[in-house]
Amino acid sequence: MDFWVYFSASPLLWLIVTLSVFAFSMELNRRMGGSAFLHPVLLSLSIIIIFLLLTGTSYERYFEGAQFIHFLLGPATVALAVPLVDHAERIKRMWFPLFAAALIGAGVAVVSVLLIGWLFELPHAVLMSLAPKSVTSPIAIGVAEKIGGYPSLAAGLVLVTGALGGSFAPWVFKLLGGLDDEVKGFAIGVTAHGMGTAYAFGISAKAGAFSGLAMGLTGVITAFLLPFSLEWLGFL
Amino acid sequence: MLFLGLLILLVFQLCGEVLVMALDAPVPGPVVGMVLLFFALLIFGHVPEQLRLFSEGLLKHLSLLFVPAGVGLMVHLEYLAEYWLALVLALSVSAFITLLVVAGLLRFLMRSKEGRH
Repeated sequence: MDFWVYFSASPLLWLIVTLSVFAFSMELNRRMGGSAFLHPVLLSLSIIIIFLLLTGTSYERYFEGAQFIHFLLGPATVALAVPLVDHAERIKRMWFPLFAAALIGAGVAVVSVLLIGWLFELPHAVLMSLAPKSVTSPIAIGVAEKIGGYPSLAAGLVLVTGALGGSFAPWVFKLLGGLDDEVKGFAIGVTAHGMGTAYAFGISAKAGAFSGLAMGLTGVITAFLLPFSLEWLGFL
Repeated sequence: MLFLGLLILLVFQLCGEVLVMALDAPVPGPVVGMVLLFFALLIFGHVPEQLRLFSEGLLKHLSLLFVPAGVGLMVHLEYLAEYWLALVLALSVSAFITLLVVAGLLRFLMRSKEGRH
């Protein structure tokens, strides 16, 4: 018992719990054939939350250990510049259609989710956590923080969006019919960020590359325009 | 010398954070860092090997990095219990519309661009 008292207070234990639960979730997801609803991140969150609730551990205590992993989100966001530079040629050639589609897509994603949330009379802080839901998590967490949402709620909603985007994509593509892989990949990337990009790589490498590009563009567009437009509209 | 890759990322993140603070802009610092690095790499002409190795390693395990923030959902369990239906509906409808609009619009724009050639 003294053992538990000592180790549950040290960052080491929660770092080990996070890494081992994630490794277990990855393995389980792989064995189940990579289903979007058994996404390793969603699975890890659920297992860790249940474990923390059962052991009566607060999130603050857990985060003392997990912050070492969380910190890497900053450099990982900066690192997104590398795949973007790899696609720089393509971006230059097709810049207008791609930029227009990302800009309008980012706008549609934010406005539609805010409108529905507003119809359901969600509290302001929850709406502000919903707004960046189509953006890759490191950016969404930063944006939510900036506009007065809950970063952790935003992170969770981003993950749910990622799972939804991958499940709806086949229907939508069937509905529209005869789409090129670059269009498919780009649409998934705008809607469902990194999780969508992982799904797009399952269609083809071309779809995956365009999805990654869409994720980067949408992230940058949302990060720069969302806080300013909310400020301008008087939401902040 | 893999840590040089990390050093480059951290320095650009710092530049981003400083710029955001100086301009009092409502944009996350790392995002500005990413844009600065993007243009720096375009000007530099290629991606240094250590930077590529470290960045690709980090991005390959990107999903792990979301776990600590995501566990924070436990703080919002009462919100989730109260609003789960509204949240799921809002996210689903929005994802569907966004996919439809982006795919339709991009196909249209790419066709009309090719049509001009």
